[in-house]
Amino acid sequence: MNLKRFNWEPYLLLLPSALYLVFFLAWPMFQAFGLAFQADDGHLTLDYMQRMFSDVMFSAALINTVKLIIAIVPLQFILALIMALLMMERLRGSDILVYIYSIPLAISDLAAGIIWFSIFTQRGYLNSLLYGLGVLDKPFLFLNYQSNWPFAAIVLAEVWRATSIVFVILVAGLQSIPRDYAEAAEVFGANWFTRVWRVTLPLLRPSIQTALILRTILAVQMFAVVVAIAGRGMTVLANEAYRWYSEYRSPHLAATYAMFILVISLGTAFVYLRALRVKEEMVL
Amino acid sequence: MKKYASLLMLGAILAGLLAACAPQTVTVTVEVPVKETVEVPVERTVEVPVEVTPTPVDYGKVTFISTQCVPVEEAEKMRGVILADFPGQVEFVPADYATFEDTVLAEVKAGKGTIDVIGALHGQFPTLLAADALQDVSPLLDEVKDRGIPEAYMELGKLGTDTQYFIPWMQATYIVAANKQALDYLPAGADPESLTWEQYRDWAKNIYEATGEKKVGFPVNGLLHRFLEGYIYPSYTGGMVTTFKSPEAVEMWKFVKDLWQYVHPESMSYEFMQEPLMSEEVWVAWDHTARLINAFKERPDDFLALPSPSGPKGLGFMPVIVGLAMPVTAPNPEGGKALIEYMTRPETQITTLREVGFFPAIQVDFPGYVAPGIRAQGEAVTKQAAASNAIPAMLPVGLGPRSGEINKIYRDAFTRIVINDEDIETVLEEEAANLQTLLNETGAPCWPPDPPSEGPCQVK
Repeated sequence: MNLKRFNWEPYLLLLPSALYLVFFLAWPMFQAFGLAFQADDGHLTLDYMQRMFSDVMFSAALINTVKLIIAIVPLQFILALIMALLMMERLRGSDILVYIYSIPLAISDLAAGIIWFSIFTQRGYLNSLLYGLGVLDKPFLFLNYQSNWPFAAIVLAEVWRATSIVFVILVAGLQSIPRDYAEAAEVFGANWFTRVWRVTLPLLRPSIQTALILRTILAVQMFAVVVAIAGRGMTVLANEAYRWYSEYRSPHLAATYAMFILVISLGTAFVYLRALRVKEEMVL
Repeated sequence: MKKYASLLMLGAILAGLLAACAPQTVTVTVEVPVKETVEVPVERTVEVPVEVTPTPVDYGKVTFISTQCVPVEEAEKMRGVILADFPGQVEFVPADYATFEDTVLAEVKAGKGTIDVIGALHGQFPTLLAADALQDVSPLLDEVKDRGIPEAYMELGKLGTDTQYFIPWMQATYIVAANKQALDYLPAGADPESLTWEQYRDWAKNIYEATGEKKVGFPVNGLLHRFLEGYIYPSYTGGMVTTFKSPEAVEMWKFVKDLWQYVHPESMSYEFMQEPLMSEEVWVAWDHTARLINAFKERPDDFLALPSPSGPKGLGFMPVIVGLAMPVTAPNPEGGKALIEYMTRPETQITTLREVGFFPAIQVDFPGYVAPGIRAQGEAVTKQAAASNAIPAMLPVGLGPRSGEINKIYRDAFTRIVINDEDIETVLEEEAANLQTLLNETGAPCWPPDPPSEGPCQVK
C-alpha cells in the first residue's frame, strides 16, 4: 500500500479514546490480573484464588448476587418494555413520560440506596405513613435481616433506579423500526399483541441484546444500594471486593474478587450474544 | 434583612478604610444582630476580620492527613475550629485507612511528598515504620515534656524501638450510652455504673418484654470487631488471641447468641450509634466515644454515659491512642513540628474534646466549660480504665500491612455463629486456623491482653 495515500485521519481521531481505554481500562485490568495471580515476591500463584473460594463470605456473596440478578433483570426488562411501548403509542403528554422515567438516572446509586433506606427504616417514611393511616400501631421492621424484606427493598430500589437505562435503549431501538411493518401487519389483521410479539420484538432484538448485557453487567457489580439498605445483613460480590481492599487491606484478594466479577460479566455477555444472536438478514 | 445587609456592607467598607490607614494589623468586628422569628429568636454575630500585615510567625502551608475525624462533621470542626488558631495554613486531609496508607507509602516510595503530618491510630503506624516512612520526632520531646503525656503512651510512640516515632495526640475508647428511660428496666440490684454482660442481656430482655421492642443496639456496620476483640473476648476469656477457641470462648459465644435475641435487628446497618440513640430507635448502645458524642452533646439530660460491662474474667476494654507523626518526605518539616506542638497544647486538646469527642492524651483537668454530656462521657471513660478488674486490650500491632485481616476473622466468626447459626466449636476451630496462619505468616508476637510470646503468637 502506498503510505502517502493511506488515510491517517480516522486513526488520529480514534487515538485519544484508544489511549484513554489503554491507560484507564486495559492497563489497570492487567494490573488487577497481576495482583490476583502474583505474590508479593513476583512468582505466580493460585493462593489468592484458593483463599477466595474458601472464604466463608464467598458463597453467600455469589448466591446473593445471582439471586438479585434473577429478580431484578427480568422485572426491569418487562417494565422498561411496557414503558417504551407506551411511549411509542404517542399518547397525549407521553413526551413528559421520558423526563419522569429518566429522573432516577441522574441519581447516584448510593443516593438511591439511602433514599430507599430512609423509606424502609424503622423511623422511615413508610412506617410513618402506615402509622399515620392507622394501619400499624407500632413500626414494622422492614429491614430486619432475618426476613426477606431487605432483599425486596434492594430489588425495588434497583428497579426504581436503573429501569430507565433499559428504557432509553429500548426506546432508541423502537424508534429505528419503520412504522410500515406494524402497519402492514395491521392490514393483515394482526392485533396489538400479535404485532408486538411477531413484528416489534424480533426487530428490536439488537437493542434488547444491548440492554440486557449492559443491565446484567451492572447488576453483577451492584454494590452501593446493597450496602445502604442491608448494611452487614447481606453481602454481594462487589461488596466483598470492596471490603477486602478497604477494610481487610488485601489488594490481592480484592483483585481476585474483581477478576471473578469480570469473568461472570464476560460469561453473561457471551450467553446473551449467543442466545439473542442477530442473523445478518434480520439487521435493517 | 436588606437593612442588615447594607449595615454589614457599611461596616465592611468602614473596616477597609480603617485598615488602609492603620499601620498594624487591625481587626474590626462588626456585630450585626439578626433576629429570626421562626421559633426562638437567634442572635448571630458576624465577624469581619481584616488583616493588613501577616502575623509575625507563619509556618506556611502544612498538610495534615488523618485517619481520625474523617466524618464530614468532624472534619469541618477540625478545619473551622480546632486548627483555626494555628499560625499557618493547615490543609486537613481526612482519609479512610486504605487511602491514607496508600498515599503515605506512595509518597515515600516516590521520594517526594506533600504530607507534613500524619494522624493515625497507634496500630496503623507499624506498617509505615516497616516501609521506613516515619521520621524520628525526638526533637519534639523537649517541647512536649511538660504536657504530662503518660509515660506508657509515649512508650507506644516508640513502636517497640528506641526512637520516638509518634507523639500521642488524643485518646478514645468504647463505652455504653443509655437513654434514661431505659433505667426503669434495669435488672433488680444492678448498678448501671458497673454492669456485668449478663445483666446487660437481662436489661435488654426486660426492655423487650416490657415494650415489645428490641432497643439495645450494636454498630455491626461500624466497629463491631472492636467489641469482639477488645471487650467481650477479654471479659470472658481473659485474652484476645490465645483464648480464641478456649472452652471459655465457647461459653462466650453462647452468651452473645443469647444476647442477640434482644438486639435491634437493624443493628446490621448501624454505623454510628448516636443516630439510632437520638431517634430513640434504640435506648442502649455500645460504641466508640466519638460515635456517641452527638447524643451527649445535644441531649445531655437524656443520656447516661456508662462504663462497658464486665465478664467473668474482668472488664475488657480497648484504649485507643491516636498519634501524630511525620513522614520522611515532609516538604515543610518546621511547619509539621509546629503543628504537632500546637495540637498537643492544653487549650487545643480541650477544644478537640469539645468539638469531636476525642479525649486529651495529655494531663488536663476537665474545665468547667466542657458540656455536661461530654464531662459525663469523660467520667465513664475514666471509671472504665480505673476499674479494679480492668483488662486493657490493645489494638493489634505487629501484623503490619495485614492488620485488617484479623478483624475479618472475628467478624466472620460472629456472622457464622450468631447470624448464620453455625456450630460454635466448628466455626472456632476453622477460624482459629485462619488466625494462626495470619499470625505465623506475619510472625506477630502476642500483644496485651495476651501474655508476651517468643515468636508468633499461638492460639491455644
